[in-house]
Amino acid sequence: MTGTSTTGTTGTAPDLLYSEAEDDLRAAVRSLLTDRADVPAGLVRAEAGDPYDSGLWTALAGGIGAAGLLIPEALGGQGASHREAAVVLEELGRHVTAAPFLTSAVVATETLLACDTGDAAVAGLLGSLATGARVAVLAVPLATAPDAPLPTGTGPVGGVAEAARADVLLVLRDDGLYAVDTDAPGVTVAPLTPLDLTRPLATVTVAPGTGTRIADAATAEAAARRGLSAGAGLLASEQLGIAEWCLEETVRHTRERHQFNRPVGSFQALKHRMAQVWLQVVSARAAARNAADALATGSAEAPLAVAVAQAYSGRVAVHAAEECVQLHGGTGMTWEHPAHLYLKRAKSDEIAFGTPGHHKRTLSRLINLPAPH
Amino acid sequence: MTDAAGLLSRTRELLAAHPPATTDRTDFLKARFDAGLAWVHYPAGLGGADAPRSLQAVVDAELAAAGAPGNDPRRIGIGLGMAAPTILRYGTDEQKRRFLRPLWVGEEVWCQLFSEPGAGSDLAALATRAVRADDGDWVVDGQKVWTSSAHLARWAILIARTDPALPKHLGISYFICDMTDPGVEVRPLRQITGEAEFNEVFLTGVRIPDAHRLGGVGEGWKVARTTLMNERVSIGGARLPREGGMIGPVARTWRERPELRTHDLHQRLLTLWVEAEVARLTGERLRQQLVAGEPGPEGGGMKLAFARLNQEISGLEVELLGDEGLLYSDWTLRRPELVDFTGRDAGYRYLRSKGNSIEGGTSEVLLNIVAERVLGLPVEPRNDKDVAWKDLAR
Repeated sequence: MTGTSTTGTTGTAPDLLYSEAEDDLRAAVRSLLTDRADVPAGLVRAEAGDPYDSGLWTALAGGIGAAGLLIPEALGGQGASHREAAVVLEELGRHVTAAPFLTSAVVATETLLACDTGDAAVAGLLGSLATGARVAVLAVPLATAPDAPLPTGTGPVGGVAEAARADVLLVLRDDGLYAVDTDAPGVTVAPLTPLDLTRPLATVTVAPGTGTRIADAATAEAAARRGLSAGAGLLASEQLGIAEWCLEETVRHTRERHQFNRPVGSFQALKHRMAQVWLQVVSARAAARNAADALATGSAEAPLAVAVAQAYSGRVAVHAAEECVQLHGGTGMTWEHPAHLYLKRAKSDEIAFGTPGHHKRTLSRLINLPAPH
Repeated sequence: MTDAAGLLSRTRELLAAHPPATTDRTDFLKARFDAGLAWVHYPAGLGGADAPRSLQAVVDAELAAAGAPGNDPRRIGIGLGMAAPTILRYGTDEQKRRFLRPLWVGEEVWCQLFSEPGAGSDLAALATRAVRADDGDWVVDGQKVWTSSAHLARWAILIARTDPALPKHLGISYFICDMTDPGVEVRPLRQITGEAEFNEVFLTGVRIPDAHRLGGVGEGWKVARTTLMNERVSIGGARLPREGGMIGPVARTWRERPELRTHDLHQRLLTLWVEAEVARLTGERLRQQLVAGEPGPEGGGMKLAFARLNQEISGLEVELLGDEGLLYSDWTLRRPELVDFTGRDAGYRYLRSKGNSIEGGTSEVLLNIVAERVLGLPVEPRNDKDVAWKDLAR
């Protein structure tokens, strides 16, 4: 309106909006999760040691086709992109759903797509992941950042997310990447007690010589890093969904809850805190969309976009969940109210794929703001 | 409705008839206004082409490529961002014809006479009086404050109380004030930075013809809300390249002067760099929403984010500079024509940015607005709504 022309930043501007197809996908996933993802029932399952609802996964993975979003149509998938996968993760975060989408349909899938997809073993595995018939997990600790050291020895690997739900482990060894069936002899998956009951962790031990080698050492490392980068970048969308739910639920509660003869949401001290969370949520959305778009377009800026999103979004989700617990008062401290599930997921997500501090250190290198000597 | 192709051909006709290289700047801008290419979403005949706002970019790109002069929006920002949309919405045909063209071209600078010493965040509590004279004119008495560009302005948008017996939001009317009238006295107001970027304006028996009223008598608050919404959009909506704001100078200093680096500052700098980049992306997303015709409520939030970031980043910059941070460039009273938040030195940036959370709505008030209008939280109980203004505590 001022008659000045705008100046672009480096390269093409990222598309930070949602497309119509993405809105449609979101509506389908949200509708499914609203009908099927019953949080109290999930909690009962989680306490029993298995939080997954297999019918829900079948509907999400096969019915909606979410599991194959990143897989090309020629390999049996949907041929969509990280932008669509990010929208699914927003909804899974909103419902704090226990489903191996991030681990299998994003990290393991991206890792396999970086291998030789002309290889029958790789193509066959991708085909079964695309329908959700099988679940694969990259056997590295959930806390592993895309640029962190990777486990390539033969010892046990701790903190592997959703290994207990996996049919196939993708195992890094000195000489390459192996696909290992979890029911093969020599494989043990020992469950750990996780902070976040909705994303179980396990220690994985795989005897030497087990499984099928699907990539050489150089390809394996690059593939795993690509998988972890997609995981870190799209985790920001899950964190956005968590923060959104926490804010909406807190606003709803404080509008209805009366103390001192007023709705507590009318007190300025509380309103300002919720407005600050809202500001962080809209900012986290921009950061998450930017990371998803950079991954989808294969932008040279993807590592920077991922690091920015992960340096920012983890704190936002944790802060929103902490405010949700606090502003619910005593109710927020109870096992019955779902706020604790969001707090636990948010705090685990802050560590997953590298902490904010790790990603800031990565950024300091990418943007040339080095530490003191 | 004019489409992109129509605007493009119209722009080329303008450039052919008035080659920028040989045309006087003001003459070119007048011709551009008359061609409907000033603000394309405005109506035909008023500098616009009834086109979607998003198509302004088509015109701007073509003009920039041809080396055409711009209309320096910084100097005339209040007119463009606040007076113009208000006149467009509430002005008479005569007012629109008289004011919009010289405003856009920059021949006439505008200022805004809203804030008062006793009415800042509680703007509707204003005490400046406008009393109807026998000849129909309004006679205005009062004092305004924080008025940027008042010493340069030809015209002002003014709100004044026309009925003190009504509750405070109801007895206000909105006027266009001639700053050259007798009774208008502008005094520089020296600020925390040492500069006098703003003014106090004393109004003593200023006569404003009724033809310079915008909107109905007593409807000034409704009109003012149009102005204020546009102010917040224009403050928060600028597009930035990466490191384009306050973070730029401090990042450059960090790179060029390794001897200043400490671990504590490194952690804080990286955190602020990330927040600045995310704020930039949020602004970019808001811009894309506007272009797509789906404006979100993020505009008010952007001002909040930039105010806090500017303050924290400039504070860190002074600290990083150490010995040099103890010094200040110049305390001489100056009257800058342009506000330049990122200009001058770190000490200036630190002090000037303190105003970012006050001007254009304090951060506290903006947080209330977000909480109530975006999140739908209940308003705090109020005891001023049904009380005559004259009976309110002051």
